[in-house]
Amino acid sequence: MKLSDVKDILKADIISGEEKLDIEVTGGAASDLMSDLLKRPKEGALLLTGLTSIQAVNTSVIAGMSAIVFVRGKRPDKAIISHAKKHKIPILSTPFNMYTSCGRLYAKGLKSITWLP
Amino acid sequence: MKVRDILSAFNLELAAGAKGLDREVVDGYCGDLLSDVIANAKSGSVWLTVQAHQNILAVAVLKELAAIVLINGYHPDDATKAKAEEEGIPLLLSISTAYNLAGELFSAGIIRKSG
Amino acid sequence: MSDIIKEFNIKAGDFDHAGEGSMEIRTILKSQGFDTDIVQRVAICAYEAEMNVVMHGGDGRMSMTIDDTGIALEVSDDGPGIDDINLALTEGYTTADEEVQQMGFGAGMGLPNILKNSDHFDIVSQKGRGVCLTMCFWIKEGA
Repeated sequence: MKLSDVKDILKADIISGEEKLDIEVTGGAASDLMSDLLKRPKEGALLLTGLTSIQAVNTSVIAGMSAIVFVRGKRPDKAIISHAKKHKIPILSTPFNMYTSCGRLYAKGLKSITWLP
Repeated sequence: MKVRDILSAFNLELAAGAKGLDREVVDGYCGDLLSDVIANAKSGSVWLTVQAHQNILAVAVLKELAAIVLINGYHPDDATKAKAEEEGIPLLLSISTAYNLAGELFSAGIIRKSG
Repeated sequence: MSDIIKEFNIKAGDFDHAGEGSMEIRTILKSQGFDTDIVQRVAICAYEAEMNVVMHGGDGRMSMTIDDTGIALEVSDDGPGIDDINLALTEGYTTADEEVQQMGFGAGMGLPNILKNSDHFDIVSQKGRGVCLTMCFWIKEGA
């Protein structure tokens, strides 16, 4: 699924990384717990999270994820946006909560990223 | 849908809190930050999380949540199970991811209708 | 290849800058042409180790060495140390406070994640004497 489709399905605003709207996301991952995301790499995954912090950006980049969607209308501050730009990871914000965001994307065919033990 | 229906329909395991299996489920909530769940979760929701410590039961009671599902194969400790029994709140286990289970529940119509 | 050594300081409690060392390690490894799998595993371990230092008090240091056999990371700190290492390696065991848990860490998965993602892992610690972690990642033939 393209990031532009994610943006439409989640009625999201693109906060940074407009030039990357045509990238493919390989699957969905929803979590607020960074260590859970770091159990194994998640190449190309879309992260849905309510944790607006620098560590969400670091975790996404380190885990190989392709984009971040902050849920419940959360918007990161300037420092986080600039950090995301530096590490070339697009950020979106959706008004939906995490459960509904997962539901809407899943219904449109985006599967879960595999969470290898 | 009742919690017992979700238990069977979505391949979950019951860890504790059987007393509450007839609680109605009207919505779902995903989140691992307790302050966020306390602020935003709605009553009658099934809460998907990886947080396995006993504080989750206090949150579930406070917010009148229908049940808690520990996803990604997480397991509760004995204190958490005991609290679930005491409060009569079903504590369910899933090897699925939050994204996947939320997707399946949502697709089955478990979402509060706005009105 | 001649050895490459990089060192970073880690400041306890500095959550605004936590992860900077690990992100730089990732950038260096990518620029050296290492394959994605090893870059990600090293970065995950570096990051979890760096976050542990920031979370648990006592400043620390991280160093990375690259040679023909692979990559080695060493992370040490002057924090309170670990009383029971086996317990600390158990998934879900944590001594992190609630403030840290609200930041998405401190759920007792850092050391288990490092164990999972490294090829060799060693931990030395004594209560009151800090912690020293050594992690190695071997370069596969043809990688």
